[in-house]
Formats: sequence, C-alpha cells, structure tokens
Amino acid sequence: MTGTVPLTGRPALARFVKMRFDKARDRQVLLGPETVVTLNPTGADILGLCDGTRTVADIVDELGRRYDRVVDDEVTQFLAQLVARRWIAIEEDTRG
Amino acid sequence: MAETTVDGPLGLLAELTHACPLSCSYCSNPLELTKRSAELATADWHRVLDEAADLGVLQSHFSGGEPLLRRDLVELVGHASSLGMYTNLVTSAIGLSRPRAQALREAGLDHVQVSIQADEPVLSDRLAGISSFDKKIEAARLVKELGWPLTLNVVLHRQNIDRVEAILGWVEELGADRVELANTQYYGWALANRSALLPSREQLENAEKVTRAFRERLRDRTDVIYVIPDYYSQYPKPCMGGWGDRQLVIGPEGNAWPCLSAHELPLPKANVREHDLEWIWRSSPMFTAFRGTDWMSDPCRSCDRREVDLGGCRCQAFQLTGDMTRTDPVCVLSPDRHIIDEAVAAANDPAAAEPVGAVPVGSGPVGLGMPELAVRPHRAD
Ligand code: SF4
Ligand code: SF4
Repeated sequence: MTGTVPLTGRPALARFVKMRFDKARDRQVLLGPETVVTLNPTGADILGLCDGTRTVADIVDELGRRYDRVVDDEVTQFLAQLVARRWIAIEEDTRG
Repeated sequence: MAETTVDGPLGLLAELTHACPLSCSYCSNPLELTKRSAELATADWHRVLDEAADLGVLQSHFSGGEPLLRRDLVELVGHASSLGMYTNLVTSAIGLSRPRAQALREAGLDHVQVSIQADEPVLSDRLAGISSFDKKIEAARLVKELGWPLTLNVVLHRQNIDRVEAILGWVEELGADRVELANTQYYGWALANRSALLPSREQLENAEKVTRAFRERLRDRTDVIYVIPDYYSQYPKPCMGGWGDRQLVIGPEGNAWPCLSAHELPLPKANVREHDLEWIWRSSPMFTAFRGTDWMSDPCRSCDRREVDLGGCRCQAFQLTGDMTRTDPVCVLSPDRHIIDEAVAAANDPAAAEPVGAVPVGSGPVGLGMPELAVRPHRAD
C-alpha cells in the first residue's frame, strides 16, 4: 500500500525533479535522474499547483472547481505515489 | 518509410573525453581511445546540444572518461540547462574542487553521479590504479553539501562484490539519494579481463541478500538499483530499451552510437561533424541497423519474447560470436550459449577461485597476487 497524504500538508516537487513541457511530444513531463515520467493532463494540473504553499486541501478545492467534480481521491492517490518515490516532498502544516 | 515515424531520443550521453585519471580494468570506454587533440570543440558540442534538444532530448548525461578534464564542462552544462534539459554529471569526482562544483551548480547542473570502486582506500586505489578513495569521499560530501542529490555508482565484480555491505555502509554514511550497484557488463576492457572479474554464484547470492536487506531498511531514504550480471540470467536484457529507441551516445570524436559499447560493431560510422543529429538518429545505417525486429534471424525471429528483449545485446553477440546479427549468447535459446556457460563454470570452479578478491585488504604491497589484467591507459594522448 502506498501511504496517504495529509490534507493539511503542503506538497512541492523534490529539489532534484523538474517539470517541463516537452515540445517534441506535446505533453508535460517530470524529469529526474535517469527517469522521464510523462504526465496526463490531470497529473500535470495537480503538480502545477504543488508549489509548497498550497495545502493538499487547497489543491483538491481548486481542481474541483476547475473540473466541476470531486477529485479528492485522484489527487491524494497521485500524490501518494510520487511521495513514495520521493519525487514530492510534503511539508506538514504546523500552524494548524 | 517507417523511419519518419521514429520517436526522438529522450537521453543523450555526451562522452566528452576519453582521458581519465583512473584506469579501471572494466572501463566501458573503447579499446581504442580518442586522442585529446581529436576531441570535438566547444562550438561542436553547442550545436550537438541544440540539435539534440530539437530532436526531443530531455536529459543530458555528461560523462567520459572523466568529464571534469574538459575545461568547457561548466559552459556545456549551462548550455544544456538553458535548453531545459535535465543535466547529469557522471564523474569519478577526481577534480571536483569546491570552486568548480559551485560553478557547475550555478550553471544549472541538476544531479551528480559519483563512481566508487570499493569501501576502503587500499582496494579502491588498487582497482582504480591511483590513489583516489579519500578524494572521492570528500567530493561526495561536497555534492551533498551544495544541495545536489547524490547518486553513487558502483561497478560490482569478483574483486569487490564481497565488500557490498561495507560499500552500502558508505552509501548510508554519505546520505546518498540513490545507489546503482551494477555488475560489470562484459564488453571491451571488461571482456578482456573477464576471468578476473566474473563473480561466482555464491558471491552473487550473498551480495543480493545484503542488498535486499539494505533496501528494506533504508527504503525511505535511498533508492537502490541493482543490476545482475546477465551471464547469470536465462534471457538477455533488451539493448538500451531498444536499439536507437531512447538514447544516443556521442563520443569525444563526434561519433554517434545507439549504445555505449557499440564502438566495435562493423557498421558505417555516423559522425556529428559530417551529419546533423536528425539524420543520424532517423536515417543513418548506424541507428537503423537493428531498430525493430526485422533484422532478426532464428531463434529470435520466431520467438515470443522478441518484442520483450529484442534479441538481446548486439555488441555482446558481436564480441562473443563475431556476428552482430546473431541471438545474444546469454539467451538459453541461443546456439552459442555454451560460451557463457563455460565462463560461468570457470568462475565457479573452486580451484580457480582463490587469488582474486581474496587478497587480504590492507595487507602487503598493493597489486601483489593480482592476476594479469589488461589495463586501460590513463590518458589517451
Ligand atoms: S577508467 Fe574507470 S573511471 Fe575512467 S572512464 Fe573507465 S571506468 Fe570510468
Ligand atoms: S531467442 Fe531471441 S527473442 Fe527469444 S528469448 Fe532469446 S534472445 Fe530473446
């Protein structure tokens, strides 16, 4: 099982991971050492919001508005996978 | 023609120079090393990087030899970085001074891979041919200090594989983010030295056990990549994920290859001084020779696994059989498998086992008791 992500945590891309648009293939990709991960549009939108300031709950709200549907599970599962690979670091909110 | 639909490469391995302060007996550089005076100029590499980005390359790995010996390394890293590429330095870390490291950081270098040979100076320095262990450890610490993720690369073979636990101790101590434990692949220098390098089955099993336990214990901190020697597998590995499919290698003299070990294949050379990268990737005989499955003969042609392992490694087939179109001899279905079986049998013969790796670490003059090795010259000039 992959772990869960706290709704109050503030996710950000790990230092050694880069996200960029791949012109040649017309899609967003995540780049890490020896790895290229291609993102689907939802994945790219989620990561686009992982700026270390927004909480997971903020991201869920924002995307729920954008897509006009409930996205909690999609967001948390996607982030949990990346946390397990250490591509996303989650800053726990201590300010309550 | 099918070639117009070929996807662009994802990764470029730029072998900037063959010069290297070390002389490892398993070196992946070709037996014939490029002279420094024949190396591509800075402007050539700029153009190559531009063309690579246009083709779709997302990652560039700067390697060698020792890439730090190129004076324009910082500039080339900066250029690749400005093209949006993920940049990676593959280094022995000899020559990674603090100012140089800082300059590379500022140029946008994303990641550093430091090779280590062993867990302690005597064996390490003997394997590398010069005193280098302490400098490597120092450089690895510097990499972490400057905020890079650190990967340690360790090539495993008969002479250091029993030290895997202690090597992993350094991985932990240095706080490495990744470690690649790759058993030697037997081409070129390593093939010439195979009998001194191929581990026994018992050595391998032990190393795998130790590695599994480490991976379990440090799963939240360190990625552990372990590559078994294909001599002990039933089926070969697919060549670089497919010939001319994802990666390209450019050597110091500008020759382009689908793979690090393709230097010796009897194919017409493709050189960036004569052609643009797009043509080389899509149309050159070098890159189209083994793309897909049409080139295969039996047993691969009619085999269910042909899309899985693509008939294995062309370089291995050529080096072991003299025919680059044959099935990789590692495959149990290959009529040439006996070549592999004989080497494996020799590596497991108790009578033959003793001298190597059994040299007590730290005792006696370095180099004594070693079997004769074909030693890669330090420099290529
Ligand atoms: S001699 Fe050793 S360090 Fe130098 S390029 Fe070869 S394998 Fe790498
Ligand atoms: S016969 Fe060829 S395709 Fe089949 S498993 Fe062996 S190498 Fe792979």
